[in-house]
Amino acid sequence: MSAVIAMNADELARGQRRERAQFIGLSLPATLLILIIVFLPLFWLSSLSFLDRGGELSTENYQRLTGDLYVEAFVVTFQISAAVTALCVLLGYPLAYWLSRKPQHTANLLLICVLLPFWTAVLVRTYAWLVLLQRNGLINNTLLSLGVIDAPLQLAHNLTASIIGMVHIMLPFLVLPLYATMKSIDGDLVRAAVGLGSSPTEAFWRIFVPMSLPGLFAGVVLVFIMSLGFYVTPALLGGGRVQMLAQRIESTITIFSNWGAASALGVVLLVMALALVALLHRVFGLDKLFVR
Amino acid sequence: MAAAAASSQSLPITVSNLVKAYGDLRVLDDVSIAIRPGEFMTLLGPSGSGKTTLLMALAGFVSPESGSIRFGEQEMITTSPHKRGVGMVFQSYALFPFMSVVENVAYPLKIRGVSPAEQKSRAEAALEMVKLGGYGGRRINQLSGGQKQRVALARAMVFEPRIILMDEPLSALDKKLREHMQIELKQLHQKLDATIVYVTHDQREALTMSDRIAVINKGRIAQLDEPKALYRRPNSLFVADFIGETVLLPVQREGDGVSLQGRKLKLATPTPSGNGPLQLVIRPELLQLDAGDDGDTNTIAGVVRQTIYQGDSVLLIIDAGDGREVSVRIATSRAGQASLPDSGSRIALGLHRDDTVVLAEQAP
Ligand SMILES: Nc1ncnc2c1ncn2[C@@H]1O[C@H](COP(=O)(O)OP(=O)(O)OP(=O)(O)O)[C@@H](O)[C@H]1O
Ligand SMILES: [Mg+2]
Repeated sequence: MSAVIAMNADELARGQRRERAQFIGLSLPATLLILIIVFLPLFWLSSLSFLDRGGELSTENYQRLTGDLYVEAFVVTFQISAAVTALCVLLGYPLAYWLSRKPQHTANLLLICVLLPFWTAVLVRTYAWLVLLQRNGLINNTLLSLGVIDAPLQLAHNLTASIIGMVHIMLPFLVLPLYATMKSIDGDLVRAAVGLGSSPTEAFWRIFVPMSLPGLFAGVVLVFIMSLGFYVTPALLGGGRVQMLAQRIESTITIFSNWGAASALGVVLLVMALALVALLHRVFGLDKLFVR
Repeated sequence: MAAAAASSQSLPITVSNLVKAYGDLRVLDDVSIAIRPGEFMTLLGPSGSGKTTLLMALAGFVSPESGSIRFGEQEMITTSPHKRGVGMVFQSYALFPFMSVVENVAYPLKIRGVSPAEQKSRAEAALEMVKLGGYGGRRINQLSGGQKQRVALARAMVFEPRIILMDEPLSALDKKLREHMQIELKQLHQKLDATIVYVTHDQREALTMSDRIAVINKGRIAQLDEPKALYRRPNSLFVADFIGETVLLPVQREGDGVSLQGRKLKLATPTPSGNGPLQLVIRPELLQLDAGDDGDTNTIAGVVRQTIYQGDSVLLIIDAGDGREVSVRIATSRAGQASLPDSGSRIALGLHRDDTVVLAEQAP
């Protein structure tokens, strides 16, 4: 009897080992890929940031970041990201709410429309906005031919255009998690609040909105952090007038070919983004936001 | 709490000719019910019969095509749900997960602008009433099913509504807890001065708790009666079949009476009119094995086919001729004393005339 039990234990232990081997085997390629294409360059770049032009260890690159030009780039980047995020919330919240009230079939179709932009490259979408907004673009030409305006409006190549383009690209990132959260809110909860004496509006603000906050925060974090690193859209639609950090990094390399300085900018941006996630995690518990 | 409760008077609910249709389907088909003040009224019916729809119409979440709903003297049919002042318990409890237990219970008070101190004391009192004193600080997800159910109940009654509506509030609980809560709800109803409308599809639950039961079938009220009357004098085969354990035996019309196995039956109720086929409604526990002929008892002859032991009772399967089977339920305590007939033996079953109900197969 005990021999059988011992044999079984052996067999079970072997099974467990096999399972572990399978798990490692399956996840190894992805792990290696991430190590090689993400962490290795990251490590290399961040080590570059601590070397001066002569290849000596120094904090010169970081000291330079306190210069006005760089500080301004940081400020502008955070301002634009905040503005884009706020606009996404303003546009995305009602949209997600409206979608979540639709019957599943209709909602699915509409969601595909929301997702449509994902199927075209960011560059294509940005040029599309340029076509619409530029001096002799679609909007100006239409308004001119209708006689609404005498001279073309300055729509592209400024801050507004950059923000419009970025909002358009980021909106799905806000709507999707928000929609998923709203969809999972039990309709009985709002009905219960109304039954207990709240007007429908009051029930919406007191019950529905708090229940949708996890999805909203998830969306906000995604949009804000992705906006911090935006390059193509502000570069093209901003027409050189808008300098976000990613552009600053690019010009540091292409114009000054100073890899160390560019790396330092990148490292600071990364650290700030991570710090922000950590802060949000402390305040709202992000792990609970994403896994519900 | 008690002093405030005395000031609120429970209300009668009068539903007249209520119609609700989804497309061609009349989910509520000309429903009229008069619910007495302070009554525990149960809406009982099979799935899809329209119970929830009727309850939601009372709460204001379903707007009927026509008809009238009055609370007391006041017409409510066009009043929006948040102004009807009813307490509502949902099947899913619908507790607000981001609020604590006491915040949930205090919610209706907060909405009504009650001061925070009074909110707290009244919510605590309501929790005390459902035996959840001291649970106020808990999160909703830290509660068991039965506790959630109690919180939902406390929240529905904390603002002393004169009408409380409940949609299958116990259906998510296991059998033991459900039976326990049935008794508690019934006791609570006696303390509250509120008219309760309760929805269930469990006939036993309905019989246990209700003052009166409205049996609903396909959007119509099939019968409205006290539990005992409903059980002993069903007015249709649907009700007879839906309530309790029922065996049907076809019987023949004979003159203006009814006969079974060639013998005339003594009936508790008049013979159904018309000339359609008739059925004798038998409750297995009302049949007697050792029937003496006292002039008030009908006898049914048969052969014992099977004896099934079921713990609290013994079930005998009897062949009553023509392949018709009748079951007889004998409490185990009684079965122990009398010796049970063996399989294959012929016996005569007794059915007292007060328990002899004959119904038409088709409703007139
Ligand atoms: N919004 C709706 N649209 C269309 N049909 C509906 C709707 N709500 C309910 N019905 C239909 O109305 C009928 C009655 O539904 P109701 O929910 O009142 O049944 P119920 O008696 O509560 O059943 P259950 O015991 O299963 O809860 C069902 O046939 C249902 O399909
Ligand atoms: Mg229902």
